[in-house]
Amino acid sequence: MKLFSRFMPSSGMRQVPKSVTIHAVLLAYTVIALFPIVVVVINAFKERRAIFRDPLGLPDSSSFTLVGFEQVLLRSDFGLYSWNSLIVTIVAVGLVLLLGAMSAWALTEYKFKGNLLITFLFAMGIMIPIRLGTVSILSLMVNLNLVNTLTALVLVYIAQGLPLAVYILSEFVRTIPKELTEAARCDSVSEYKIFFCVILPLLKPAMATVAVFTMIPIWNDLWFPLILAPGEETRTITLGVQQFVGQYVTDWNSVLSALTLAIVPVLILYTIFSRQLIRGLTSGAVK
Amino acid sequence: MNPSNQHDEKKPFPWHLVFFLGPGLLIYVVFSVYPLLDTLVLSLYNEQQGQSHFVGLQNFITLITDDTWSQAFWNALGNNFTFFAIHMLVQNPIGLILAVLLSTPKLRLSGTYRTLIFMPTMLSVVIIGFVWQLLLSPIWGISEDFLYTIGLGQYFDAWLGKESSALITLAFISVWQFVGIPMMLIYATLLNIPDDIVDASVVDGANSLQTFWHIKLPLILPTIAMVSILTFVANFNAFELIYAVKGALAGPDFSTDLMGTFFYRTFFGFQLQQGSASMGAAVATLMFLIILVGVMLFLFFIQRRIQRFQF
Repeated sequence: MKLFSRFMPSSGMRQVPKSVTIHAVLLAYTVIALFPIVVVVINAFKERRAIFRDPLGLPDSSSFTLVGFEQVLLRSDFGLYSWNSLIVTIVAVGLVLLLGAMSAWALTEYKFKGNLLITFLFAMGIMIPIRLGTVSILSLMVNLNLVNTLTALVLVYIAQGLPLAVYILSEFVRTIPKELTEAARCDSVSEYKIFFCVILPLLKPAMATVAVFTMIPIWNDLWFPLILAPGEETRTITLGVQQFVGQYVTDWNSVLSALTLAIVPVLILYTIFSRQLIRGLTSGAVK
Repeated sequence: MNPSNQHDEKKPFPWHLVFFLGPGLLIYVVFSVYPLLDTLVLSLYNEQQGQSHFVGLQNFITLITDDTWSQAFWNALGNNFTFFAIHMLVQNPIGLILAVLLSTPKLRLSGTYRTLIFMPTMLSVVIIGFVWQLLLSPIWGISEDFLYTIGLGQYFDAWLGKESSALITLAFISVWQFVGIPMMLIYATLLNIPDDIVDASVVDGANSLQTFWHIKLPLILPTIAMVSILTFVANFNAFELIYAVKGALAGPDFSTDLMGTFFYRTFFGFQLQQGSASMGAAVATLMFLIILVGVMLFLFFIQRRIQRFQF
């Protein structure tokens, strides 16, 4: 590192090695990024008095408590909310992947009338947020008798996730060598079999990227749960936390614990999938 | 499915096309394209006692000129531009700087920094809103104590509660959460710059600042343009942060009202005012137009600037 910086005629900062400055800046920003989350999580495990007396201290034997978590689980149905979020996210992401791959395949492989129009229609959806159509979506759901059902959320999230999925997967379909499908056709393999047995397995890495991109906005969404499924039975975790914190805003233990319950699972998942996500972001899949 | 039909045509009906494209397209059209178009149409109608009749542009005229409506509308729009400006001036430059630092060749721990700095972006805006509400709360006093430790204690204020500072504070919270997105996208582009271009400029005697300014920046301009468009669309669509921290009324005294919260209140009503589907649709239509114009302008201007740099 030092050798490297000596080669570079640097302007200013001549006394300190460049890499030290870089590490200092990045470390400082990492602290800024993590500090608020860490403070909330450590205080969730402390007694009320310790929360106020020593907000930055770690919980010790005298201040440790789980009373906040008990209150949260007692007063609200966090298990159900998490379950709802899980079901909605898994079903919606699964269908976005399957339907997205099928649509991407159809749009890139076959020439037909309207191909360009449909491609354009999907492309528009990447930029235009679906929630601008909320007024009509709500009346549609009322007419279909789907208000306060998880089905309503799944349908809307599929429509929300498809445009980007079709776009990214189309890019990948284009990179698949033509010879592969042509050889299969010469052996008179059916179009369905070509897609499910040849193409779909090849799309797996791209689908993982799409899955992560689709999953996050669905799991974190407040707008559609609030409008389409606000009932106690269908509440998602984000809406559940929002309602809970709004209701018990003065009970610090409960609020901190509720936030921690919402944060920690996401962070665990993120740690597991971060490599996948970052590879997706940096591989140029979304350009 | 129906063989007698197929005999009349030259080619068999492309059932595989219907199979592959049908389900996805159907859901997308029914739950995204149709509602959007229907909203645009609905904004031209007025609903009274369950009867809806065509009123042309009357809803828009009301929004823009009527005393009670226009004040709220222009306020939300103005706030939204402030919100966007802060993102452009703070979030994207910080993201750019972090990306440049991260892309330093042979930087150790760069993957760890990247993962950790991106972490807040993964969490729900609602959760982040509550987290910062607690941190900035004068009751808890963490921020106040912190400012006193670094000698700036007298500047502490209940920022989220004051009309003059609430919107800016919320914008900074949002910047803090989403700085990871410009960072990642710009970082990815920087990694893709071929080494020999950079090496050539170093050999020619350019220092690192010159290399950045003359070699790297022009090459990442398209990414910066894309980040700007993404920021624009996200900002003019923002709702959750304001709703979580300030509620649908976007207090104090509507000083944090954005188009998203204004849309929500218009559609669902608040306090004494009744919700209206057609007025809600009108607000959504205006948001649609703003986003459309914004995207077009960006594409137009940025595209031209980029072309000048490509030789």
